[in-house]
Amino acid sequence: MAENTPESAAAPQEAAAPQDPQAAKNAQLLALLHRLFGADTFTDVEEPYGLLTVTTTRERIHEIIAGLQQDQELQLNFLTTMCGIHYPENEGKELGMIYHVHSLVNNLRLRIKMFFPIADPVVPTLTDLYATANWMEREAYDFYGIIFTGHPNLIRILNVEDMDYHPMRKEYALEDGTREDKTDLFFGR
Amino acid sequence: MAVNDSLEGTHKIIQEAREQQHNSGLIPTLNDFSQELTTLNLGPTHPATHGIFQNILQMDGERIISGVPTIGYIHRAFEKIAERRPFYQITPLTDRMNYCSSPINNMGWHMTVEKLLGVTVPKRAQYMRVIAMELARITDHLICNSILGVDTGAFTGFLYVFQEREKVYEIYEEICGARLTTNMGRVGGMERDFSDVAIQKLRDWLKTFPAVMKEFESMFNRNRIFMDRVVNVGPITAEKALNYGFTGPNLRAAGVDYDVRAMNPYSSYEDFEFEIPVGTKGDTYDRFMVRNEEIWQSLRIINQALENLPEGPFHADAPHYYLPPKQAVYKNMEALIYHFKIIMGEIEAPVGEVYHSVEGGNGELGFYLISDGGRTPYRLHFRRPCFIYYQAYPEMVVGSSLSDAIVTLSSMNVIAGELDA
Repeated sequence: MAENTPESAAAPQEAAAPQDPQAAKNAQLLALLHRLFGADTFTDVEEPYGLLTVTTTRERIHEIIAGLQQDQELQLNFLTTMCGIHYPENEGKELGMIYHVHSLVNNLRLRIKMFFPIADPVVPTLTDLYATANWMEREAYDFYGIIFTGHPNLIRILNVEDMDYHPMRKEYALEDGTREDKTDLFFGR
Repeated sequence: MAVNDSLEGTHKIIQEAREQQHNSGLIPTLNDFSQELTTLNLGPTHPATHGIFQNILQMDGERIISGVPTIGYIHRAFEKIAERRPFYQITPLTDRMNYCSSPINNMGWHMTVEKLLGVTVPKRAQYMRVIAMELARITDHLICNSILGVDTGAFTGFLYVFQEREKVYEIYEEICGARLTTNMGRVGGMERDFSDVAIQKLRDWLKTFPAVMKEFESMFNRNRIFMDRVVNVGPITAEKALNYGFTGPNLRAAGVDYDVRAMNPYSSYEDFEFEIPVGTKGDTYDRFMVRNEEIWQSLRIINQALENLPEGPFHADAPHYYLPPKQAVYKNMEALIYHFKIIMGEIEAPVGEVYHSVEGGNGELGFYLISDGGRTPYRLHFRRPCFIYYQAYPEMVVGSSLSDAIVTLSSMNVIAGELDA
């Protein structure tokens, strides 16, 4: 994907150039993303607090991160962080992974999200692209039970090995569930 | 004679038993030793690891063949706890991550919340924050470098600069009342203005510290014994360091001039002149030198900030978010109300997600905060630099000796609290 990029497609698609430099940068980045991976790959394009955020699927994620890493124009070749998230009320998309990639050359950041059902929490690993993904994926497995296919050593990292649940999921309340004085009803009263 | 006879009999029995064991392979012979690998548990509480983490090393004699780090010994589930706490009560959690430079963690967290809430901090508060953060960076680097000296057998340098850290802690004490877990600052500015005593102490320290630092440097920089122990020890290339997600002094020692303060300035770092020191080989000596140079640069920044410290308020005019000073709470009804509302977690944040990163003592310290409009974060993820780069440690020490591994570990400045969180 990186090799067959047209030479002068850096022009932003929005005709009216936004005044905010960050917004202009984001528009440019989004145009490049659409050109590289197709416009229908990304949904829910947002810019919360100036950081371009896109949502994709677990089928495409490995290809996208690899493409961003190899792309000579963007050079989004630094995986800043990744973390899991749990939305229990999102039917069929309960669990998610959120990636932050960074270009140290262009000073561009991009946030990529993907969501998948909790009954089938299997996503591809990124350890073949980034060595740093190893422990971050182990952490996500430990906290949320997300299984990364192809990970060389997918075991718990921070919690004890014989734990039989994934503690960051929302069903495990931090406090004792039977306590009444700390329910949200009384919280802050 | 009878005694000797009986002894002789005993010797004979032992000798026979030993031969039997040798033949059955229970006791290794000298020939076996030369081919045997040793598994060595370095840690969890080895004095040379400076923290609670374990390395299971496989060794051939004194050479390390492979290593497996085990972490999580002081994991305190900060990310989970944070989901249940109002924003102010998360500040003490950040203190306890990199406890060598807790002001940086505090300020980073406060800036993240300010970004979420849309609070603009006045210039004076920003400069005060810069001073506190750079002081923290200096103490962090001082501890790391002096402990590196201790690990190579030089205790004196450690004693010299530990005194200076003590003086910086006294300045913290004047700024906020605490020393180690500072809980410094507020959302929207600082808790109180710098007192005259604090400014005076800071000025005194700025006068005396450079001489001590020079002495410390001249003790190590061209020291033959020290250089023999650290040059070409635990090297990592720039490509590998980037692939492993290194940031901060460890990445800069490998030759990449990435510094969050320069690339994405926060808290008016763009106003100050400073250089980004870089190394070439990424070995232990480069890491030591980069940290030393960063101390000088931090001193430059503090001097500039102190000289140009703007007049004006030391906190934003944001009564809904800024926790009022205690004196105001005693006298002012509005302050009392907002104090109560903030402390009890009544303040609701807007819906949104924000990533903010600061240059911590060890690298890019990031806070990823997702708010669903409640009083607490829906999800808070800390990008802890130690957690991310410590996984490169086995690769950096394979092939070196055990004593080199110790030196490499302490030059990487892995802080257990930040590693586990």
